[in-house]
Amino acid sequence: MIPLSWYMSLAAILFAIGVCGFLTRRNLIMMFLSIELMLNAVNLNMVAISHYLESMRGQVFTFFIITVAAAEAAIGLGIAITLYRSRKTVHVDEVNQLKG
Amino acid sequence: MFTYLFFLYCAVMIVGTGLLAVTMRNPVHSVLMVLILFFHMAGLYLILGAEFIAAVQIIVYAGAILVLYLFVLFLVSLRDEVKMDRFVTSAWLGRIISVGIGVSLIAMLPAFILGQKGHWPMDAVIKATNTKALGIEMYTTYIFPFEIAGLILLIAVIGGLVLARHDTPTTIEKS
Repeated sequence: MIPLSWYMSLAAILFAIGVCGFLTRRNLIMMFLSIELMLNAVNLNMVAISHYLESMRGQVFTFFIITVAAAEAAIGLGIAITLYRSRKTVHVDEVNQLKG
Repeated sequence: MFTYLFFLYCAVMIVGTGLLAVTMRNPVHSVLMVLILFFHMAGLYLILGAEFIAAVQIIVYAGAILVLYLFVLFLVSLRDEVKMDRFVTSAWLGRIISVGIGVSLIAMLPAFILGQKGHWPMDAVIKATNTKALGIEMYTTYIFPFEIAGLILLIAVIGGLVLARHDTPTTIEKS
């Protein structure tokens, strides 16, 4: 049986990769994709702990996280399309009109 | 033994494709890397005994969400994207922060203690099948969060329609 800490280390590494992508990429869509990576890391943690705790709760919450991820992708990509229509760019460092 | 090998293979593929996804120049290649990552994640769910979540991972994430990402990538300009710089100017700061987060998360792992065991040991899950066990738990204990999830999806549908609609036909009629 694989130790639980292996799964949690893998989830931590994947979460860090997602944070790295979110903080470094310029493209808004790539930033949303990095958020998906972070949500997947949390899902892996949830399912692993649910398996080792002999409980179904983690899997139920993974289901809800997948729902929220789908909603977030739909709304976020809608915002990206609207941004591209009005500003002709999806790069976050070029959208700085709100700066004081 | 086979489980260990499978876990290690999936872990190496997940970390490798994740790193490639956040560093590759072409966004379409990044999305395809994330597709491979989701398939290996489904493999990990299978060895954890969560067959339903593995199927949902492939159907919803790989089948629906990534296709949505690809469509939106094709809607925005991709041609100049491959020539431009793909990182923000302060990218090194983000890398330092993410390495710090990863190291501190792993360093905190030994302090983690499992809580009280639940009511679904592996034999009961196998007897009832995974999907039925998940359904029993979801439609009895978690029925209220389940309905809130439905509401969130409704808001997402309406929000996506409102945000992506464009008003050019009406402005043409006015002019």
